[in-house]
Amino acid sequence: MNGESLVLVGLAGILSSATPLLFAAIGETLAERAGVINLSLNGTILLSAMGSFGVAVKTGSLALGFLAGAVIGAFMALIVAFGSITLRQSQVAVGFVLAMVGRDLSYFLGAPLMGRPGPTVPSWPVPALGDIPVLGPLLFRHDLPTYAGFLLVAGAWFWLYRTRPGLILQGVGERPAAAHARGANVNRLRYLYTIFGGALVGLAGPIYSLSIKAGWMGTISGLDGLGWIALAITIFGGWNPWRAALGAWFFALLQWLGLVLQPHLPGVPMQVLQVAPFPLMILALLLVNAGNAEWVQRALAALSEPRRRAAARLLRSLRAAPPASLGEHFESR
Amino acid sequence: MKEGRPGWEAAVRIGLAAGLAVVFVSGLLALLGVSPARAFMEMASGSVGSAGKLADVLVAWVPLLLVASGLLVTFAAGLWNIGIEGQVMMGAVFTTWMLRLLQDAALPPALVLALAIGAGMLGGALWAVFAGLLKTHGGVNEIFGGLGLNFVASGLALWLIFGPWKRPGVGSMSGTEPFPEALWLPQIGALRLSGWALALGVLGIVLVGALLRGTYFGLKVKAVGRNARAAFLLGIPTTRYMLSGFALCGALAGAAGALQVTAVYHRLIPAISSGYGFLGLLVAMLSGYRALAVPFVAFFFAALNIGSIQLPIVFRLDSSLSGVLQGMLVLCVLVVHGARRRFRREAAP
Repeated sequence: MNGESLVLVGLAGILSSATPLLFAAIGETLAERAGVINLSLNGTILLSAMGSFGVAVKTGSLALGFLAGAVIGAFMALIVAFGSITLRQSQVAVGFVLAMVGRDLSYFLGAPLMGRPGPTVPSWPVPALGDIPVLGPLLFRHDLPTYAGFLLVAGAWFWLYRTRPGLILQGVGERPAAAHARGANVNRLRYLYTIFGGALVGLAGPIYSLSIKAGWMGTISGLDGLGWIALAITIFGGWNPWRAALGAWFFALLQWLGLVLQPHLPGVPMQVLQVAPFPLMILALLLVNAGNAEWVQRALAALSEPRRRAAARLLRSLRAAPPASLGEHFESR
Repeated sequence: MKEGRPGWEAAVRIGLAAGLAVVFVSGLLALLGVSPARAFMEMASGSVGSAGKLADVLVAWVPLLLVASGLLVTFAAGLWNIGIEGQVMMGAVFTTWMLRLLQDAALPPALVLALAIGAGMLGGALWAVFAGLLKTHGGVNEIFGGLGLNFVASGLALWLIFGPWKRPGVGSMSGTEPFPEALWLPQIGALRLSGWALALGVLGIVLVGALLRGTYFGLKVKAVGRNARAAFLLGIPTTRYMLSGFALCGALAGAAGALQVTAVYHRLIPAISSGYGFLGLLVAMLSGYRALAVPFVAFFFAALNIGSIQLPIVFRLDSSLSGVLQGMLVLCVLVVHGARRRFRREAAP
């Protein structure tokens, strides 16, 4: 294999290994756009990874496995929605508790599945498109979930910015009272998007346990923590599907670099390279949020005019503000 | 964050929630063909059934108590200090660092231990203030800054264990070289329990309880937590109070990490925080953010953790059942609490 195709294979691998994070981050983006933080992601992904693997092993059907993952994710999200919208408890509290319960429940119920062989999703190169030079190996020689991920990003973007229900969704998150006055049923839409977003998050589970990290290995599955990363990517993505996808790919790239660089850095233990993306993630969050901080505005004002403009433009391009009503209750009465 | 006054109503609510959680866990056990009654009996006798087991429960009680005490402060300031896990870890790292620095010095061991625990508290406080600064000056929500810092802290600990502080020969997951026995906190008889650790844990919750209930500082922290903007307009420097809250919580979390090194493991291990930070969040929530309830809830959670060690031995079940029960308890309390409020609202004209 020559150098060029090696790079292509690496890039293609990054695209497919980012798929679960992509699903989770887009699902979370939709829920948060409606104003609901689903903090349960870490527990949801672990539970759906275990549950869908169990269903796939028992029934021998990949489709039923994926369905189980989506149902588990939707159910966890339903609890978040019920607890926060109907019962008016703190979204963060309910979500955090579910993150803990989901994780421990997956380890408890998954113990008999440890190390069992199970079905995996086959790779399915798209017939004609897979033979295109460069683009073929990069985009069209994956498995179905990866293609679905590409479509999901485009679809979520189109829905959010180019359709009327998407516009209403933005309104529900930004100005719930105004959306209500225009006839939108704010709390029903919040339920809907939280549950749908949760189902997408739930699909991240089977994409791991039936494809990328096939099987269930309990605490050593290496899935613990990925839900928290997906939440960070949602913020990094500024609640925009494209930017969320960029975040997921960037994270997968960093992890891949960690693996590739390891032989060249013998003094650095593997565990360190595995956590290397996190400081970068914090730095990214800092950049995304810095434009909102008061002292940055003051510092900008002190610069000379052309420099101030350039700096302000840079910050504005990175900047992202959360939906205005994120985490708040809405009462129509 | 306090809702209503404790009384028979609260007792009924907690009882109902506990009942729901127990029913859920019993259902799980029955599903796996294990008698719930037998499992609960094993967990009870495995936690408070003998003096040795009770000592083990108290060993777990101390860090939980310290962590939950600290979280009472950040919760009072309206902050979700999810980075507490990393603060415990940094406490352990700083303590190990100080012990390594002074273990060959001609100093009395008591002084070395005191300095090491102090260093741990400093390490936890610094890590917490870091998360606080990210929030107050970087606009990064404390939940996400804290989560990221948790990963960084565990990466740092791993690097130290496998890199500069590795055992002679090759580094391993079993941790750094154990410290000489002179640098262990004195234990009670043949038990793993240290009286000094116990005293520090109790001191932590008493201090926080008094601080929040009877001082001007506590009042201001609570004002910031209730309504930061109003507090600011009334002349309270909100940023400084938030950062103080973080620092205090981090120092207590750091003390928990320091005790894990000096009183329990006598070395730095990768899983030094044992998940006590996250568990402490559940303890604080289930206590209704009340200092008086924290010692009891923390003891109950510690007993569940120790008791569940019996599950794999006796029934070949995973010990994570304790975590399921702990989480379900908090979830059911939230649900019952919300349902009662909703019921009231709908009953009102």
